[in-house]
Amino acid sequence: MNIVVCLKQVPSTTQVKIDPETNTLIRQGIENIINPFDTYAIEEGIRLRERFGGRVTAISMGPPQAEAALREAISLGVDEGILLSDPAFAGADTWATSCTLSMALGKLEPYDLVICGRQTLDGDTGQVGPQLAEVLNLPFIAYVSQIEEIADDHMRVRRMVEDGYEIMESPLPAVLTVVKEINTPRLPSLRGIARSKSATIPVWGSKELNADPGKVGLAGSFTRVMRIFSPQRVCRGEIFQGDVTDQVDCLIGRLKDDGLL
Amino acid sequence: MGSDNFRGVWVFAEQRNGQLKSVAYELLARGRELADALGTELSAVCCGHEVDDVNSLIAHGADRVYLVAIPELADNQEDLLTRRLVELIQQHRPEIVLAGATALGRAFIPRVAAALPTGLSADCTDLDVDADKRLLLQTKPTFGGNIMAVITCPAARPQMATVRPRVFSRREPDSSRRGEIINVDFKRERYTSRTRLVEFVAEITETVKIEEADVIVAGGRGLEKAENFEMIKELASVMGGAMGATRAVVDEGWLAYPHQIGQTGKTVCPRLYIAVGISGALQHVVGMQTSECIVAINDNPHAPIFEVATYGIVGDLFQVVPLLIEKLKKR
Amino acid sequence: MEYFLSEEQQTIKSLARKIAEERVLPVRAELDEKEEFPWAIIKDLADADMFRVFIPQKYEGLGGGCLELCLVVEELSRACGGVAATYAVNALGSYTLMEYGTEEQKKKYLPDIAAGKKLTAFAISEPTAGSDASAIKMTAEKVAGGYRLNGTKQFITNAGEAELYTLIVLTDPARGARGASAILVEKGTPGFTFGKKEKKMSIRASATGELIFRNCLVPEENLIGKEGMGFIQAMRLFDRSRPGIGAQAVGIAQGALEVAVDYAQQRIQFGQPIISLPVVQDMLAEMAIQVEAARALVYAAARTVDSGARKITEASAMAKVFASDVAMKVTTDAVQICGGTGYMKDYPVEKMMRDAKITQIYEGANQILRNAIAVELRKRKARTA
Repeated sequence: MNIVVCLKQVPSTTQVKIDPETNTLIRQGIENIINPFDTYAIEEGIRLRERFGGRVTAISMGPPQAEAALREAISLGVDEGILLSDPAFAGADTWATSCTLSMALGKLEPYDLVICGRQTLDGDTGQVGPQLAEVLNLPFIAYVSQIEEIADDHMRVRRMVEDGYEIMESPLPAVLTVVKEINTPRLPSLRGIARSKSATIPVWGSKELNADPGKVGLAGSFTRVMRIFSPQRVCRGEIFQGDVTDQVDCLIGRLKDDGLL
Repeated sequence: MGSDNFRGVWVFAEQRNGQLKSVAYELLARGRELADALGTELSAVCCGHEVDDVNSLIAHGADRVYLVAIPELADNQEDLLTRRLVELIQQHRPEIVLAGATALGRAFIPRVAAALPTGLSADCTDLDVDADKRLLLQTKPTFGGNIMAVITCPAARPQMATVRPRVFSRREPDSSRRGEIINVDFKRERYTSRTRLVEFVAEITETVKIEEADVIVAGGRGLEKAENFEMIKELASVMGGAMGATRAVVDEGWLAYPHQIGQTGKTVCPRLYIAVGISGALQHVVGMQTSECIVAINDNPHAPIFEVATYGIVGDLFQVVPLLIEKLKKR
Repeated sequence: MEYFLSEEQQTIKSLARKIAEERVLPVRAELDEKEEFPWAIIKDLADADMFRVFIPQKYEGLGGGCLELCLVVEELSRACGGVAATYAVNALGSYTLMEYGTEEQKKKYLPDIAAGKKLTAFAISEPTAGSDASAIKMTAEKVAGGYRLNGTKQFITNAGEAELYTLIVLTDPARGARGASAILVEKGTPGFTFGKKEKKMSIRASATGELIFRNCLVPEENLIGKEGMGFIQAMRLFDRSRPGIGAQAVGIAQGALEVAVDYAQQRIQFGQPIISLPVVQDMLAEMAIQVEAARALVYAAARTVDSGARKITEASAMAKVFASDVAMKVTTDAVQICGGTGYMKDYPVEKMMRDAKITQIYEGANQILRNAIAVELRKRKARTA
């Protein structure tokens, strides 16, 4: 099986702050990690290769430092990592990102499965998986929690919905997004780490992808971020004092007055 | 698709098993306000089979309903929904399309946006319009809710956004409203559906559905063990409410995923939300902050939950909750 | 403090810490409570190539030495001394083969050990022979084609769970200590059974038990090294592996120190966090100094072993004695700082205090090791006199 995993490097914490002067994010001093949801995608790709043989390639669109995320994927067992990086790719929304990823996937044919995490820690959109599938014109299943069966040209999976799960079938090749219920990601191995240090990570830019400039980066994006702000958290509330009995009595009293009991 | 001559606000009215989902009405409520601000019409698009009470969409604000009602769409087959919605949009050129950020919405609406192609913001927590520029201002959380972003789609049309259930409130239906229901055809042979639903397996164990509960008692890591959730269950039962959980609790396996509230779980908006042993990390708070009344019980006076709580008790939950249960039972 | 670890050593340490924090820490209390063997963690360690650390590259290992072993053991111990013991003892079981085995023996066994497929155990102690290891009674009678084993081994780590057991037994009882040999026996060999699993004060995740041999026949290929060399081999092996116990003690102490500091910062009494109180600061400072001194001594001893130096007994013994005494003191003080809360099983520090105790006892009781150091001092004085 030929599997491609899409991953993104994100800041390690969601506790990011806005610089009040420039109104942009303060990224200084924040470590970068593989988007946690993507670790499940990587793990599933490796498990499928262990089961069926084949190859797992990880691709990521990002600035040059995103190479570290691809090396980490290799230390986990991914066969190869490819970085899609070019100043022209910056400022991309999910559409432009999906277009760029699809150009890379064009060079990686034939493949059987494309696996993505369900959303990123920073953007939180969950849009790239389905949009990539649409650009590639491939079948798509979201929120896969278990791959039950894969045969030559089709698969059967479980995917999560609000009140349970659905069992779906799809031909291959296909695009999936996976949820954390699907597996427990492994830890890197010492030999994997050694391999990742000596691995060559090709960098594909506009030239290598033969990219249509109207389909990448800010130029290729339909949406714009108009502004960002920190949500205001105001303390609205009353904290009840006294011993436990007092506190509980006060609470019940208030709720009764509010008509909530 | 350039922005000339695109008019109208559309709401994708999601249905499941013939029942329209509440999020459809919530979006119609807000959609009506946006349409009025833009001086344009509000339409609902409803796809399914034997959908109950389609007229209610008009009572809730729609001027028009595009109804695609055929057996093949009964189980919301995403390939079919995507293609049909894309065609309808291309045909009628709305300037704004809204949908619920449900499991279905998050899966197929991005595909619709990519097919047109146009811009989409998922999981918005607020929508507004700049009427002069006919621009939809889409506010959404990023970084787990620590940073809010206002997004626009300046040129492409339609401007698309998905919104979580319970973010907007539904209005009282106005049965005097008039509107038209347009039956839209669906020539099955024109569409291929590649993925196939084999079976749906329900996993609801609770009698009260968390999204519809008026009262939710939620437990966090402070409960320490699975067994201690008996206390949450009892309090919820005494108050006639549902049980909720933070992601940490679900990750530990103390409660199942349908109870999870927050960024990667459900958004709820009950009348009363009682947070027991929950620190109040933003990823959780974004899922319940619009609750009418929030009560927090935590032994850490600096826990962020107290910043959003209406009422707070700083204390040992293992003392507070049993006492609360006891006193409520006596009433 | 800067210990000038190489990049590889740093990688090993970081990965061991990751495993400890993500896989060991969440289950350590349960493993301790239930006395459960940590098979899932053994698999995680194997998948991460941790068993390859101390095996030569020629046999599918990564060719690390004593220091690399210490780095892993220290990080695992910081989370749980029992899991660390289960891992560390495999080095002891492997060293016999590595140092004294034939090429066939090494090829036969070491790759599986490196892959974590087979765990090992090292068995010298018997009911009558603890500190006085020369008092062993178990025999390996030479018979056609091999040996017949009879006797019992007591308090053996990994008993019942390991596949490969290196025994020190008497092939020639008449010669006493000079008649001992190292013999390898595989689990499942007829005549080899296990006695009860011991219920211990601590390191309860580690399995400790009896090995029982009744006319157990092993082929002569299972002799490791030469007959009669068993004792010398064992003493040499313990010299090599003792810094590992020192590392276990350092890890346990480090874990306890961190818990105590955390607690002292959060616990408010008399209107302030107790870390503001001079008495507590004094205790914490002393604990921190001792842990660092123990670490420095253990790393120095490990590096001495890795340098190929012939005389490593003293360094090895000092590291183990000092570090284990430090662990006992630091963990006791940590419980004291955490007070009533620290006394409760809900809190991790009482387990650390219990875990520390064994490091003063096994692989050379500290009193015996002090004797050995004193003997070396006398020898030196005698030479220079």
